[in-house]
Amino acid sequence: MAEAMPLYVAPARIEARAPPLSAQGFWAGLRQRFFSTWRSAAMTVLCLVFLAWILPDLVRFLFIDAVWNAPDGALCRAPGAGACWAFIGRKLPYFIYGSYPLDQRWRVDVTLAIGAVLIVWLLWLAAPRRKLAAFAFFVVYPIVSFFLLYGAPRLGLEHVPTDAWGGIFVSLLVAITGIVFSLPAGILLALGRRSHLPALRICSVAFIEIVRGVPMITVLFMANTMLPLFVPEGFAPDRLLRPLIGVALFASAYMAEVVRGGLQAMPKGQYEAAQALGLRRWPMLRLVILPQALRTVIPGIVNTFIGLFKDTTLVAIVGIFDFLRTVDTARLDPEWAGPTISTTGYVFAALFYFAFCFAMSRYSLFVEWRLSRGHRH
Amino acid sequence: MQDVRDSTSASAGASVEIVRLNKWFGQFHVLRDVDLTVAEGEKIVICGPSGSGKSTLIRCINRLESFESGEIRVGGILLSDDVRRVEAVRREVGMVFQQFNLFPHLTILENCTLAPIWVRKLPKRAAEEIAMHYLARVKIPDQAQKYPAQLSGGQQQRVAIARALCMNPKIMLFDEPTSALDPEMVKEVLDTMMALAGDGMTMLCVTHEMGFARQVADRVVFMDGGEILEISRPEAFFSAPGHERAKLFLAQILD
Repeated sequence: MAEAMPLYVAPARIEARAPPLSAQGFWAGLRQRFFSTWRSAAMTVLCLVFLAWILPDLVRFLFIDAVWNAPDGALCRAPGAGACWAFIGRKLPYFIYGSYPLDQRWRVDVTLAIGAVLIVWLLWLAAPRRKLAAFAFFVVYPIVSFFLLYGAPRLGLEHVPTDAWGGIFVSLLVAITGIVFSLPAGILLALGRRSHLPALRICSVAFIEIVRGVPMITVLFMANTMLPLFVPEGFAPDRLLRPLIGVALFASAYMAEVVRGGLQAMPKGQYEAAQALGLRRWPMLRLVILPQALRTVIPGIVNTFIGLFKDTTLVAIVGIFDFLRTVDTARLDPEWAGPTISTTGYVFAALFYFAFCFAMSRYSLFVEWRLSRGHRH
Repeated sequence: MQDVRDSTSASAGASVEIVRLNKWFGQFHVLRDVDLTVAEGEKIVICGPSGSGKSTLIRCINRLESFESGEIRVGGILLSDDVRRVEAVRREVGMVFQQFNLFPHLTILENCTLAPIWVRKLPKRAAEEIAMHYLARVKIPDQAQKYPAQLSGGQQQRVAIARALCMNPKIMLFDEPTSALDPEMVKEVLDTMMALAGDGMTMLCVTHEMGFARQVADRVVFMDGGEILEISRPEAFFSAPGHERAKLFLAQILD
């Protein structure tokens, strides 16, 4: 009988394979995932040892020994005291508003609230009338917030010089200005770099390479000291505006290269199909090329945004009181000074920056997922 | 658009007139002294071995390629570097590509209405009516809300034909429209093209579909090495090709 078997019949019965992990229950899945081979088991044990070494101290410092309520730094200075959250709580207004006048701080609150509402409206993909949101955010909001923050004596809002601005709201202001400005500017620079007009191309390449080729601090110093030289006396840009321009220019150069990557990934056929239909250059770019090119480089764009957000801390170098600088100043307050104050302040700053950057990263993943689902490429 | 038309055209009633066209890709002389006149309503099939310059020739007609010397007149408009002339020509000429080149981020309907809205400045409603009319003609009106990637190759190519027709062109260029298709989808695209030919459209097709050429073409143009070696009626071309290389070519592809 056996010799009559054709070759394509297996000589022995093939045993059923084990059901997938998800069908075996929690503990079996855990064992399979972390202890399947001796190497995997060793790595698991190593990581557990590391966590056991680091976590208890961390938890003790941040939570168990932490001082949550205190009128001043005395309790925090006690030996064995952990993180001084009372210090953060007490200084929080300073972290948010800097030296903005106490009785005017509601103006910052209103500005931040409007901004938050508009950003949620814009980022919520299923929201109604998102074009209106875009118009409100990119056109109306900058003007409104300028008058709210800077003051408009005619409207009864007293003038608050930018010297008094500081804290989280200045950090957000620098970051949002940079983000809002750098994307369109980066797109224009990327298009300029690929232009067939030599003058435009050379200018774009020169700008991108020069700005990318120097450290951000240099750009900030240049913006700070050289911008006033280019305008008539008396029209020198405000001292907060200078680093704003510097940050925006710096981010634009990076954004240009990200966008160029997307443009280069576009198949030639898309340009040709648009041209054959009679579309002119700008409608072609706006309706056919850019929507696709930008979509392919969403990770790169968000990566640049995240980098920019963290780079805003550098404006402290030219004398702007951003969030990190307020933390740095507050920890020197003699009333609070103590061995744990600096650590607490910087942990808080790290949490703040991490929360924003992580949110941006997650949102970009969500958008990618949405787009890939919608179009089933 | 009278300003870009001129009446110096040699033969009245000609849709496309190509005179002593020469083009180089760097050192490579890709089109050599090409002369071709296409009458209104005429169907031309251009064939030849790969690299013979046939695609480049029809891509010159709507100025996707520039050329070094010679003249091309399309619907009486002399092509030049002048953007207005190029735009005027592109309004007369529709094109279908080997790789379909649909816009993947737009729905089928949006693919078809994009140019009517932004080039012809039609209101959205009117553009959609036209688009649905042509989508019905290529027999896929029920796919209008899908994205290109959700359609088969044959369906995508029919959408591409409908998209070109939505601009109401007088001349249609086909650049190997069935070469990228799976075999079972070739027929549906050729049927669509035949129906279009039956309506009296002026057509220039680069294709290796000799059955289509036999059935539809008024003349067959054979190219090799950047030159037109033979122009004849299809029955003459297939039964007794005049040129040695045409004989060789036919022997190779009809095997």
